[in-house]
Amino acid sequence: MEAVDPTIYRLAIFVLAVFVGYYVVWSVTPALHTPLMAVTNAISSVIIVGALLAATAGVGAPPPVDGEGGEGFSRIVGTIAIILASVNIFGGFLVTQRMLAMYKKKER
Amino acid sequence: MSANLAALLYLASGILFILALRGLSSPETARQGNLFGMVGMAIAIVTTLFAVNLDGAGIALIVGGVAIGGGIGAIIARRIPMTAMPQLVAAFHSLVGMAAVLVAAAALYAPEAFGIANAVGDLKGLSLFELSLGTAIGAITFSGSVIAFAKLNGNMSGAPILLPARHMINIAIGAFIAVMIAFLMASGGDAKTAFWLITIAAFILGVTLIIPIGGADMPVVVSMLNSYSGWAAAALGFTLENTALLVTGALVGSSGAILSYIMCKGMNRSFISVILGGFGEDGAASASAGPQGNAKQGSAEDAAFVMKNAGKVIIVPGYGMAVAQAQHALKEMGDLLKAEGVDVAYAIHPVAGRMPGHMNVLLAEANVPYDEVFELEDINSDFSNADVAFVIGANDVTNPAAEDDPGSPIYGMPVLQVWKAGTVFFVKRSLGSGYAGVENPLFFRDNTMMLLGDAKKMTEEINKAMG
Repeated sequence: MEAVDPTIYRLAIFVLAVFVGYYVVWSVTPALHTPLMAVTNAISSVIIVGALLAATAGVGAPPPVDGEGGEGFSRIVGTIAIILASVNIFGGFLVTQRMLAMYKKKER
Repeated sequence: MSANLAALLYLASGILFILALRGLSSPETARQGNLFGMVGMAIAIVTTLFAVNLDGAGIALIVGGVAIGGGIGAIIARRIPMTAMPQLVAAFHSLVGMAAVLVAAAALYAPEAFGIANAVGDLKGLSLFELSLGTAIGAITFSGSVIAFAKLNGNMSGAPILLPARHMINIAIGAFIAVMIAFLMASGGDAKTAFWLITIAAFILGVTLIIPIGGADMPVVVSMLNSYSGWAAAALGFTLENTALLVTGALVGSSGAILSYIMCKGMNRSFISVILGGFGEDGAASASAGPQGNAKQGSAEDAAFVMKNAGKVIIVPGYGMAVAQAQHALKEMGDLLKAEGVDVAYAIHPVAGRMPGHMNVLLAEANVPYDEVFELEDINSDFSNADVAFVIGANDVTNPAAEDDPGSPIYGMPVLQVWKAGTVFFVKRSLGSGYAGVENPLFFRDNTMMLLGDAKKMTEEINKAMG
């Protein structure tokens, strides 16, 4: 049998993560649905990983074999993406923290 | 850092994100969960910084970018009023969408940087497919969220905008995007124009998808865009071959989808009918029949007297409370009632407000303990034991027509049965219909008393009358 394409493994991770997400999110109490949206916002900004790769394109690498030289463009859009994702990361986590700090139990 | 170690660290960060969401199952564990999320994000960023080659310019761009973006984010997070949370979340979604578009573009132009180029510096077809999906979903998320933001923030009317043949337009744009993706793949990534055409078409699609959806359906839209931002991230997770991004995308995608489902169920609408848009038009026609009968009007003094002498009062807040910023006055009213020995509880309808959980956050902001706040199914049976239902800024979610009038546009929607309480007080600006454009027969019942006026002012007057 031929080797399995690594993309299949990634698909497996993805599908299993969808199931994990399904069960985890159903267990979230409705009272915390707004913080849930804020924190999912923050974590989806892990896309900053791609932005970091883009912003450092071409550094320390031999010139690209196809000689198209999209590195300059990549670094510019990568930096913009870093800014956007950072707004979300800091804004998302901090606003979630601010909201969660407000949820208090009855004083008895 | 070895590629294997990096992959393991990305996995760890994905797991920390799962724990972050898991923490939200209760307010006690939620803060710890948020901390897990932050640690997961830090691990992902640091791992990437170790994996890439850095030069001086690169470090400057990264540090500068994080400082600028992070500074803006921190200031917004600190200053934003809780009532504006739906707009803020919509704005944040748009940023994720735009970031996805930019990262997809960079991956197309400099595949070597992402380690996904083949020997001749081209992208393989599958990567092209993934990044096309990433940019398309990202662009829809961006422009759709901008429209949602404008509607929520009042820059744009909440009324649905219906283009002629809008379904055909959307299908045509969708088909165009599919053709362009095929074209880009066939060109081996050289047809850069096709990539930009996909992105532009998706920007337009985001607008045409969201403008026909009315204000009352905004909780669904916000949840749906939340889901889209997740799927965009997941598509790029495939392109970048990154586990953290894949797991996060899956989590966020399913989270948004579940919230959309809960919101649709709360309105007894099918998801399809919400996205097709235009809700509110048919209702407006039936509302023009005019009010049936006379509504009794009361004063703040009447309300204060009745509630002070009640045994149990259930407060039902809605979007009107958020608009009037009445939550603090409301909490004070609750305290005054409790001092009189009255049992006070809050009842929240799943679609009250403009986003899931909106009312809960506002009440929490006003220091209402979360164990006094109940969801619809937990409190609905208590209205018959309550002496007073105090409805403030809510309307459609208390409409008995949803239960007994099969002709009503909201028939079948689960509602809070406030009419079972001894007396119902309605704090409203006017006798007009709600967002769904449906007449509320409750206004004209014998045990209903209307308190017409601004929600905050009225509550403050009641507090004065009670003191």
